Amino acid sequence: MSVETPDIADIRADSVGDFYFPENHVYDAGYGLSEKTIDYICDVKNDPDWVREFRKKALKVFEEKPMPTHWATTDLNNIKFEEFRYYLAGDRKAKRSWDDVPEEVKKTFERLGIPEQERKFLAGVEAQYDSEAAYSNVKKVVEEQGVIFMNSTEALQQHPDIFRKWFGKVIPTGDNKFSALNSAVFSGGSFIYIPPGVKVKHPLQAYFRINSEQFGQFERTLIIADEGAEVMYMEGCTAPKFETATLHSAVVELVAMKGAKIQYVTVQNWSSNVFNLVTKRGIAHEDAEVRWIDCNIGSRLTMKYPGVVMKGRRARGEVISIALANTGQHQDTGAKMIHAADETTSNVISKSISIGKGRATYRGLVHIPKHLKGCKNNTECDALLINSSSRTDTYPAINVRGNEHATQHEASVSQVSAEQIFYMQQRGLSEAEAMSLSVNGFINDLVREFPMEYSVELKRLIDLEMEGSVG
Amino acid sequence: MSLLIQDLHACIPDREILKGFSLEVKPGEVHAIMGPNGSGKSTLSKVLCGHEDYEVTSGSVTLDGEDLLAMDVDARSRAGLFLAFQYPFEIPGVSNANFIRAALQARLPKGEELDAVGYYKQLYRRMDELEMSRSFTARSVNEGFSGGEKKRNEILQLMMLEPKYSILDETDSGLDIDALKVVSQGVNAMRSPERGFLVITHYQRLLDYIKPDIVHVMVEGRLIRSGGPELALELEAKGYELTHAA
Repeated sequence: MSVETPDIADIRADSVGDFYFPENHVYDAGYGLSEKTIDYICDVKNDPDWVREFRKKALKVFEEKPMPTHWATTDLNNIKFEEFRYYLAGDRKAKRSWDDVPEEVKKTFERLGIPEQERKFLAGVEAQYDSEAAYSNVKKVVEEQGVIFMNSTEALQQHPDIFRKWFGKVIPTGDNKFSALNSAVFSGGSFIYIPPGVKVKHPLQAYFRINSEQFGQFERTLIIADEGAEVMYMEGCTAPKFETATLHSAVVELVAMKGAKIQYVTVQNWSSNVFNLVTKRGIAHEDAEVRWIDCNIGSRLTMKYPGVVMKGRRARGEVISIALANTGQHQDTGAKMIHAADETTSNVISKSISIGKGRATYRGLVHIPKHLKGCKNNTECDALLINSSSRTDTYPAINVRGNEHATQHEASVSQVSAEQIFYMQQRGLSEAEAMSLSVNGFINDLVREFPMEYSVELKRLIDLEMEGSVG
Repeated sequence: MSLLIQDLHACIPDREILKGFSLEVKPGEVHAIMGPNGSGKSTLSKVLCGHEDYEVTSGSVTLDGEDLLAMDVDARSRAGLFLAFQYPFEIPGVSNANFIRAALQARLPKGEELDAVGYYKQLYRRMDELEMSRSFTARSVNEGFSGGEKKRNEILQLMMLEPKYSILDETDSGLDIDALKVVSQGVNAMRSPERGFLVITHYQRLLDYIKPDIVHVMVEGRLIRSGGPELALELEAKGYELTHAA
């Protein structure tokens, strides 16, 4: 049988994700958001009644909550919720083999290198295309260990007990306006359960791809590492650059039971028309560790403050983040560290780079209440400004009560100097290469925290950003 | 074939600094430029390399017949011009080995990859010649280096990039006598019939170690006297006042 290859649109050779295929959706919730939209989504997904109720309640919360523009940027007011589509899907069922994935979807992910990475170093992959996962597979050895890895749509049907126990518990619907929005219209995202004592050797990966214009992607991810379990999860995201805005609003909840360890790695490379408003939080029980390793490139506005609630004694939380803001972009990122038990330790290292008229904001919250003993926090945030019109702001809130804790905060702002660039150019590097090298030098110690395969990709993405920024 | 500078005029916004500078450096030759502070020696090196703070108002510079002034800073480097900086800059987070490697890679045609094994072999050999510890490969470029270590590192880059024409801008400043000897040995090892050198210095001392073929005296933005190595000794003895009378 011959398959007709659809035309690929708008390919820019120098860009990673700026291409798209014509829309080919079977399911389309239409423009705007109302109870009718929710009913459509529930009907298509065959949601159980409790989910339908959950969604409708969330919609009310979303509608009632004001935009957080009293502290955040007023650019949020430019989001026209009635102009988005909240559910777009082709075939709703994720395929276990790439051969069964529709041609244009397969081609998309091949271009992004996903099947190749899967062969090389991943334990499992989920590839989401607009609202639903198109492909989802976990390696047999991992499955045999009892690891569950599937999208949230399947999980709430197949594993309702575990799913319902934790869903919405780390991040309640009313946490913020966008967690409420996600709770109303969530679709896709990963569900992972690692049984006690199982250490997953290779990373599990999800890739979130937006292909359609005037669309919102609302994946919902829930990862539970049972006692003593360990897992690394990586997510990547891209979207083509359309004339109109695109919305991405995910909710990610992590639960690390006693002695468990979860590392969550993000490399997002959104095009510059995406509003990326994401809520991410993990709970670390006794002796557990939750690490967020986060790299934010692209988007029009990113607001994301991964958090860790250290609920059990000696729990550890860590956020390592890199943000790169180019002209027309605002990276508003940070971390939340909530100490809720004795001898808990948190570490935040954030580095941001502002290019051209780009703006990077760091917002940090460290909370250590009075009744606890022996808690530690270390926060470092460094900003690098490339041009004189680049901007950075830092808003740290360190709320420490009691006197048996140790906290440390360091912040710095530096600028790539014209003399430094001249020096490098005198050695034969082009201006863009010199800039890239400076920027890579600035984040070098953090890049080492990323898995090797991702750090190479990271360097390439930064080089691409720098190329466009000079000359 | 030469680095040919003809009647070069260059200025910063409020002042002309090079006022009709002319010089030809041929492959195989070592020229020394001496002169009092403020005579424009360092400006000359920056103008030749294309620093954006200076505007060339007239004159020409060619490198083996090619119009150097029409090239970008990095193209001038790749065409074979090297400047050992008086004050080398620090590049935090970028290892010395990676920096030099990137500079060599920039000289290769697109798609061609530098041979890493051969590169490190050569790097270690040159570092040994300059009596530099291997730890300098992993350290960030010039970060936390002493004045002498920075100068050695400049000469290491010169040795690795093997430029056709090298300018040494006050390489002797801040060096003790041992470091001066090592740095000079490095430069002398690079002397060959294919390479030209322009040594800018305030003091005659450096020229005891790097023996010039021709010595020039620069005052107020141009050369006013040229001669053999003996001219440097004369300047040392009588001071730059002599040059005003000349």
